[in-house]
Amino acid sequence: MDRNHSRRQLAAMRQSLFDQGHLDEQFIQLEELQDDANPNFVEEIVTLYYRDSSRLTSSLEQTLERNPLDYNKLDTIMHQFKGSSSSIGAKKVKAECTMFREYCRAGNAEGCRKSFQQMMKEYSALRKKLETYFQLARQAGPKETAFRPK
Amino acid sequence: MAIVDEVFRQNLPEMMEESPCVAPQLHVLAVDDSLVDRKVIERLLKISSCKVTVVDSGTRALQYLGLDGENGSLGFDSVKVNLIMTDYSMPGMTGYELLKKIKQESSVFREIPVVVMSSENVLTRIDRCLEEGAEEFLLKPVKLSDVTRLKDFIMRRKVKEGEKRSHKRRRSLDCGSPLSITCSPLSHPCDPSSSSVLSPLSTKKARL
Repeated sequence: MDRNHSRRQLAAMRQSLFDQGHLDEQFIQLEELQDDANPNFVEEIVTLYYRDSSRLTSSLEQTLERNPLDYNKLDTIMHQFKGSSSSIGAKKVKAECTMFREYCRAGNAEGCRKSFQQMMKEYSALRKKLETYFQLARQAGPKETAFRPK
Repeated sequence: MAIVDEVFRQNLPEMMEESPCVAPQLHVLAVDDSLVDRKVIERLLKISSCKVTVVDSGTRALQYLGLDGENGSLGFDSVKVNLIMTDYSMPGMTGYELLKKIKQESSVFREIPVVVMSSENVLTRIDRCLEEGAEEFLLKPVKLSDVTRLKDFIMRRKVKEGEKRSHKRRRSLDCGSPLSITCSPLSHPCDPSSSSVLSPLSTKKARL
């Protein structure tokens, strides 16, 4: 009874992540790469993403403290962050990265800083939700995370 | 026809190498500076039953292939790569520069198909890569369907090349005669005692 409840909760949570626009189709692509031999592939990739993101966002923060701003450098770092966000299906984060790069190209310092703040908000929100999601997934049992047919 | 059978049987090991029924494993070298993307492409390729080597830069890719000019290159035989997939935007050597370096090689290396991957859909970039000899330009994030399609294409090309090579071999041994076995009017192909007559068949057997 408990397990079924967990599974329903998990499915609902997963659906809301898509409905609310946090995740896109790419996340599903990753889910389809899981199988019995690699049941935690998505979580592993997402963990690598957190690691990458910490490094890149720190770098962005430091670079944003300079005056005047080095737009080329900012754009380069953001390009990387956008890339990995895109690879895991982080839809809202990716959209904020795009905005940021627009401001960079326009040489708009204020826009860059505001956009960065917004992006960090989205990133934190996504991370929190995903951490809860994977925790729930582990509780619900292995079957729930293995989507790929044998 | 016994002699025909034997010729085919002796040719078989070579044909098997290139035959689609045996399905040799494709070895893919993937190049990407992004940790996340490296893991994803590795998984996509492994699921597609490819042997995968992943490196994080163009420099390391050249090192792996033995093209970096350093001593210690063991020659192509020891590192057989059937496909290279490289990210475009990388610090240091870009995917485009890596592509150029490989295509400038005057050896077996320039024959290796190179696919460029990029998250940016820039037409001039795509054109440049294709002009430089890239097999294809894939938009990131790369999907399983992209990899499957690529693999099929490379495998089919391998088979075609293999067939071409076997045909060339057979043709050169036939000394210009068509692929079908021609019989000399002086001897019957099934007659083993006809070895004194230099029919195309016995020539083949002698060479093998």
